[in-house]
Amino acid sequence: MNQPEGYADDVVKGFLISSMAWGLASVLLGVLISLQIAFPDLNFPPYFSYGRLRPIHTNAGIFGWGIGSFMAFFIYITQRLTRTRLWSEGLARFQLWLFNIVITLAAVTLLLGMNRSKEYAELEWPVALLVVVLWVVFAVNIIMTIAKRREEQMYISLWYVMAALVGVAILYLVNNAGIPVSLTKSYSAYAGANDANVQWWYGHNAVAMVLTAPPLAIFYYFLPKATGVPIYSHRMGVIAFWSLIFMYLWTGAHHLLWTPVPDWVQTLAMAFSVMLIAPSWAAVFNGYFSMNGQWHQMRENYLAKFLIFGITFYGLQTLQGPSQSVRTFSAFIHYTDWVPGHVHMGTLGWVSLVLFAAIYYTVPKLYGREIYSVPLANLHFWLAVIGQLIFSITMWIAGVQQATMLNASNPDGSLHYSFMETLIELYPYWYGRALGGIIYLVSLLIFLYNIGKTIAGAPKAVAQNA
Amino acid sequence: MFEKNVLVFLISATVVVLVGTVVTMVVPFKWINDPKLAIASVKPYTPLQLEGRDIYIREGCNNCHTQTVRPLLSDTERYGEYSKTGEFAYDQPFLWGSRRTGPDLARIGGKYPDAWHVKHMKDPQSMVPRSNMPKYAFLDRPLDTSLTEKKMQALKFPYTAEDLAEAKGKTELAALVAYMQKLGNDIPWRQAKNAAVVGELKNPFQDDLSVLPEGKALYKEHCAQCHGDKLQGEVGPKLSDMDKPDAQVFTTIFSGSPNAGMPAFGDTLGKERTWKLVTFLKNQQRH
Repeated sequence: MNQPEGYADDVVKGFLISSMAWGLASVLLGVLISLQIAFPDLNFPPYFSYGRLRPIHTNAGIFGWGIGSFMAFFIYITQRLTRTRLWSEGLARFQLWLFNIVITLAAVTLLLGMNRSKEYAELEWPVALLVVVLWVVFAVNIIMTIAKRREEQMYISLWYVMAALVGVAILYLVNNAGIPVSLTKSYSAYAGANDANVQWWYGHNAVAMVLTAPPLAIFYYFLPKATGVPIYSHRMGVIAFWSLIFMYLWTGAHHLLWTPVPDWVQTLAMAFSVMLIAPSWAAVFNGYFSMNGQWHQMRENYLAKFLIFGITFYGLQTLQGPSQSVRTFSAFIHYTDWVPGHVHMGTLGWVSLVLFAAIYYTVPKLYGREIYSVPLANLHFWLAVIGQLIFSITMWIAGVQQATMLNASNPDGSLHYSFMETLIELYPYWYGRALGGIIYLVSLLIFLYNIGKTIAGAPKAVAQNA
Repeated sequence: MFEKNVLVFLISATVVVLVGTVVTMVVPFKWINDPKLAIASVKPYTPLQLEGRDIYIREGCNNCHTQTVRPLLSDTERYGEYSKTGEFAYDQPFLWGSRRTGPDLARIGGKYPDAWHVKHMKDPQSMVPRSNMPKYAFLDRPLDTSLTEKKMQALKFPYTAEDLAEAKGKTELAALVAYMQKLGNDIPWRQAKNAAVVGELKNPFQDDLSVLPEGKALYKEHCAQCHGDKLQGEVGPKLSDMDKPDAQVFTTIFSGSPNAGMPAFGDTLGKERTWKLVTFLKNQQRH
């Protein structure tokens, strides 16, 4: 057993290795479906068509890579911040198995076309039920560990951890309510505009509770660990925390601007989305101000680079998001490629860069090794950032161009371009997006190679007496 | 206190999360379910249409096609009347989507004849050469109707024995087309729109043969898929020997002829290009 400091860390290793495998699967699929959009002959229906593969890409990314890593780091962070061993290691091992079974089942059922159609809640009810079991097991273990803690004060990371545990539970249960017809088929419990409003309340707050709160918990823990500087203001973190989890829940309908959900719901969503800039940027400032006098670490410490670029992309994301939530701008860019450009800045930029940093930091510690190669980590960093920027920027330009063409009209009031005339202009951008994705894939392979070599490497001399 | 007691923290966080949830997710049910928003002419799906809808869901069509027309000029001119709350009363789940890689389908019903859809679904590029839609030729296989009745009961949709029989022996493709032909057609928007469009009907290019190349290009892009490369007819009738006044040809292209399966092209082409197309067509019979 290689579990320093008396913490249950073997299971953390298991989650990290699983999450990296799912992350690779997600990016591979992402590259494939980006090529399918550009070259339709690469669709091989029934199973390998864009319509069936895209949900597997998003599920593997958000739930396999994202949640898999969050499970690892919640277990890792919680034990250290509470100075308490995990409440039940057996339960955590069960959770690790169940996690991999659920994601595998998700991939297989989606490939077979068992799909509820609701974005990020596609899984049919038997798989969704397993997700609920998984989450309860996870939440109970973490919350019991915190309840039994030996450190009285709860650091801000634990707040985000607990909010995520509660938030995801509420969202998932409500949006997955359905009417089963058979083991492989069910219908949503809600209809039409109600279903849409429930779905995007869920969909946008999955962004809050999965793609914001957990990475923030990880950021707040690993920035001081990786750089040796304390967080600039815990109080600012606290204020931002409560305003963030309060305001986020009002904003789902900004995905439904100009649709038949009540106007006042859309207006509230728009207003709260703009207000969300404040708590989001409080986290960004907390990251930046913590680095005061320490900016030279951006040159010397590759972990600081990942974390600060990560929080910078979070900052950009939380400015771009609210601007897209304004009715007039939404009217222009919604339904175009602008939106995948936005989403991937958050996932490839913010979430993944922070996770890379946390993995680079923890893996050598967990295995008692030195990182195999810092130059390779730097190469990984630059390729990831360049790949992501190529992806996002081509998509933003594509979105603006298509939106402009779709809105162009003739003097007699008719539209200037047919839909197809706007679509054929997108092909060059789709090639560009695929290129960005391939560069990101290469960066990920370098990362995995580096981590693999680290794990397989010789134990650190000093670590042996620990 | 929050940072000391786990239970107090969890309850506080839950309450904070629930405020926005109740206001923007729970309360709107009352607004959306307002009887004033119900539309009497909107009907539940028939067994065949419902099976088609399930195929639409299974194949993930909603990943590339939306189903809501926004009240914006570029949407209503391109797709038709904007979507109403009451039109979606039977949509479990809703299929509004989030990305239009392909066009919106909320008003696709009645735009093209069934034969157009079948041909397009099997090989989209044969109808729209640079389309990036995958080929769905494999849907030309028997529809599994073993769950159809259970599905209708689960959704509490009315049906008769004939309705169930109608779905039997069909292909998946036929079910999908039956579903698409219902989309957006439960309110009489198409008829109202067609009656309104036409203005002055004099061909400005009647004697201007310089527009023929452009007319030919328009024909190739928008018409040849159904009427054939040489106007010989295929899904639609042959046009090579047309003997109708310019104004009538214009009206048919611009406003469509829903009962005959001819889509309206006014939104796409505008008046000027429609007249160029008319000029091209009228000049074919002389050759």
